[in-house]
Amino acid sequence: MIQIENLVKTFGSKRAVDDVSFAVERGQVLGFLGPNGAGKSTTMRMVTGFIPPTDGTVRVGGHDIVESPLEAKRLIGYLPEAAPSYPEMTVEGFLSFAADMRGLSGDAKKRALGRVIARCFLDSVVRQTIETLSKGYRHRTCLAQALIHDPEVLILDEPTDGLDPNQKHEVRNLIRELGETKVIVFSTHILEEVDAACTRAIIIDRGKIVANGTPGELRAMSDLAGAVTLHASGADSETMAQRLAALDGVARVERVEAADGALRAYPHDKSAAGTLAGAVVELAGREGWRLDLVRTEEGQLDEVFRRITLPDTVKAANQ
Amino acid sequence: MNAWHMISTIARRELASYFASPVAYVFLVIFLLLTGFFTFTAGAFFERGEASLASFFMWHPWLYLVLVPAVGMRLWSEERRAGTLELLFTLPIAPWQAIIGKFLASWVFLAIALGLTFPVIVTVNVLGDPDNGQIFTGYLGSLLMAGAYLAVTCMTSAMTRNQVVSFILSVVILLFLTLAGFTPVTDLLVRWASPAVVDTVAAFSVMTHFDGFHRGVIDSRDLIYFLSVIGFALFATAVVLRSHRAG
Repeated sequence: MIQIENLVKTFGSKRAVDDVSFAVERGQVLGFLGPNGAGKSTTMRMVTGFIPPTDGTVRVGGHDIVESPLEAKRLIGYLPEAAPSYPEMTVEGFLSFAADMRGLSGDAKKRALGRVIARCFLDSVVRQTIETLSKGYRHRTCLAQALIHDPEVLILDEPTDGLDPNQKHEVRNLIRELGETKVIVFSTHILEEVDAACTRAIIIDRGKIVANGTPGELRAMSDLAGAVTLHASGADSETMAQRLAALDGVARVERVEAADGALRAYPHDKSAAGTLAGAVVELAGREGWRLDLVRTEEGQLDEVFRRITLPDTVKAANQ
Repeated sequence: MNAWHMISTIARRELASYFASPVAYVFLVIFLLLTGFFTFTAGAFFERGEASLASFFMWHPWLYLVLVPAVGMRLWSEERRAGTLELLFTLPIAPWQAIIGKFLASWVFLAIALGLTFPVIVTVNVLGDPDNGQIFTGYLGSLLMAGAYLAVTCMTSAMTRNQVVSFILSVVILLFLTLAGFTPVTDLLVRWASPAVVDTVAAFSVMTHFDGFHRGVIDSRDLIYFLSVIGFALFATAVVLRSHRAG
């Protein structure tokens, strides 16, 4: 549905988006991750046709966003980062305006209004002017606007920003539910959202894509992935650490400071991760340790995120 | 979805937003008070002893110089400041349709303000026997002039996210457009510039072209002048908005 090829955007001498290519198909929810200023919003603004790309192409449903913008824009529902709306309008008036702009009228319009008002939990505020609403409601009003025409493609720029935990949960559920039949691209810097809602994630840093895969694949890039954490008694931890380190396939052993007495064995080869836990259990059996906990780590997204983006962020800050 | 549907949707929203705030009513009251004051007191309507609205229309270029930028200054700058520009230009609407829609809404608002001056027509008809054709062309010219001023304000409004900057810029440009044909200024120019230059400069002025209407003449050149100022300024608005988005 969305094909992006070699997308470039320069502001003066700064390359805000640098040769970004990816594609998203129906039924996929793509999470767009990256530190602030990485080019997430700029990319989304180009995909939705708000700003023209310096170079490269964006095709939405086969329509080029520059060549045939109206056809492409009809397929898209967009929630901009700041969730802008017209403050002097009522929620109902604003959504009705959005429906008119999308060519809805009569019964279809009434149904669409009812649907998005219920979906975004706006029933209690439909007649209030937007300027009197709290940030969470304003945000959801703008989200409702993006959903009014039941679009094939949803582009959401930080959809959970500024919401309370309950609202975040609702929006994530909404994204997951809609994602089954639509194409959704959403940006976030909250990593748990990737697990909660995405089928695929892209990490972008300083305008470039630095990682692209399922949340599981990204986690596997973590140092931690495949490591075995154990907590046992029956020997002092020095001895246990030595025995573990001597095991076949163990690269190094670390003490986990947060969990007292726990040890963590890192494998040489991450793909052999599954077998390491078995070897550790066998070792414990031979040595007569009593195991409280053995766990193969999946890896942590935030660690991957930091490792990929931190060096650059630090470099940029030092410059 | 045809173009007119999009334009009218934009225009209706914009017009409603004028009346959603007290600004519209404040403007209408000020406009009517000022036209009344200038017509009857400063313009010496009664002392003239003639059944015409000359003392009413002669002040319009000066009133519009300040009041039209006040109406139009928020058109695009507010969209830029609030970020709704991003919303508007990611909806399936061509930029020119949005520009025309917003322009029309403000123009209709000015037409409403102008329409509310109808008591002056009643007054002059009760007191004497004026040429109502001349009054009609006067109103037509005044409306066209308001449109030209408004289009210029649209353009300056697209240039900045700050309404005050937009207001000042448009007043300066409109001041030139007004003064270039103002008799004291042209008299001054004649002393050191050739008549051809003075005529050329004066030809750009709103004053020169408004004169005919308010004397009861609809000259095609005056019509073309106002319509081309509107067309040019709205085209410039589109260019400014496009270059802003292109970064």
